[in-house]
Amino acid sequence: MTRPRHNLWAVAVLLMLAAGCARSPSPWGLHDISGLMPPLVFTLHDGSGHIRHAYDFRGEVVLLYFGYTHCPDICPTTLASLVSATRRLGAAADRTRILFVSVDPARDSPAVLQRYQQAFGPRVTALSGTPAQLRELTRRYRVSYGLGKPDADGRYEVSHSSAVFIFDRDGAARLLATGTDGAGKIATDLKRLLDG
Amino acid sequence: MPGMRMTAATLLLLVCCGAAAAAGLSARHAWIRLLPGDLPAAGYLELVNTGADSVRLTGAQSPGFGTIELHESSEQSGVARMRRVERLAIPAGGTLVLEPRGYHLMLSGPSGDLQPGERVPVTLEFSDGTRLPVSFLLRDASGR
Repeated sequence: MTRPRHNLWAVAVLLMLAAGCARSPSPWGLHDISGLMPPLVFTLHDGSGHIRHAYDFRGEVVLLYFGYTHCPDICPTTLASLVSATRRLGAAADRTRILFVSVDPARDSPAVLQRYQQAFGPRVTALSGTPAQLRELTRRYRVSYGLGKPDADGRYEVSHSSAVFIFDRDGAARLLATGTDGAGKIATDLKRLLDG
Repeated sequence: MPGMRMTAATLLLLVCCGAAAAAGLSARHAWIRLLPGDLPAAGYLELVNTGADSVRLTGAQSPGFGTIELHESSEQSGVARMRRVERLAIPAGGTLVLEPRGYHLMLSGPSGDLQPGERVPVTLEFSDGTRLPVSFLLRDASGR
């Protein structure tokens, strides 16, 4: 008679566990990558031509995005959405930093980067680097990029990651957003990261 | 002055026939995202076809830009790409939407005097030889 009872208990415990799993307590709207990606480390240059390191941005919640300035659609659309997300934080926006890393250093000189970041306001810092520096950083976050074949006018397209990696103020990788995550959803998670 | 007459006749032809808007086609929500310097811009709009025939958008021209191409953005498996397309169909009774992250006009070689808040004329070209002049609102890099 005790055997069926044991089975019942086992089923009840399993059901409770399953319910717990289904109602995952993740507080994040975005994809949680804590512990899955390494902390932010890089050596690149900015729009003034100065060398910048990841640790220069410690203390800020960093949103890292790869692109190129000759990208008229997806890159500015994504950057505008990220800027919009930070604006929703009010004064706390000052503790966020959007890093736009150009994977097209041949066309994106420091002067071009400088003009580009100004078009998106004070939260955006545009960076680039040598091919070796860019390879190191993109490999670190397991993303790829590729330069297409130039056409007759020397113009070429660039394929790049559509991911936005978000790091906390200590530089730890925490969240992954995609281009289609809305500014409101991103803002909610940024606020939580800043409060945490 | 046969030369003059020829010019006048050509003009008349352009006005009455060449520039005739594609029957049943209309544009709405036309805007361009300007990027700084000589970086290429992206143009978006909706094209509504109330006509009885499918029409294909094949190109565009504007005094504000050097060249305009039709492009398609895609994001698959975490990789963003852009490719040129030769034509985009607007089915009879249908709407073609050019919007961020999808189909768009890529407008290269902006003339230096374009300012957000102003408008720029763009002439859309279709497979049946008709044209549609559309006024695009210029917006800044953030789309405002």
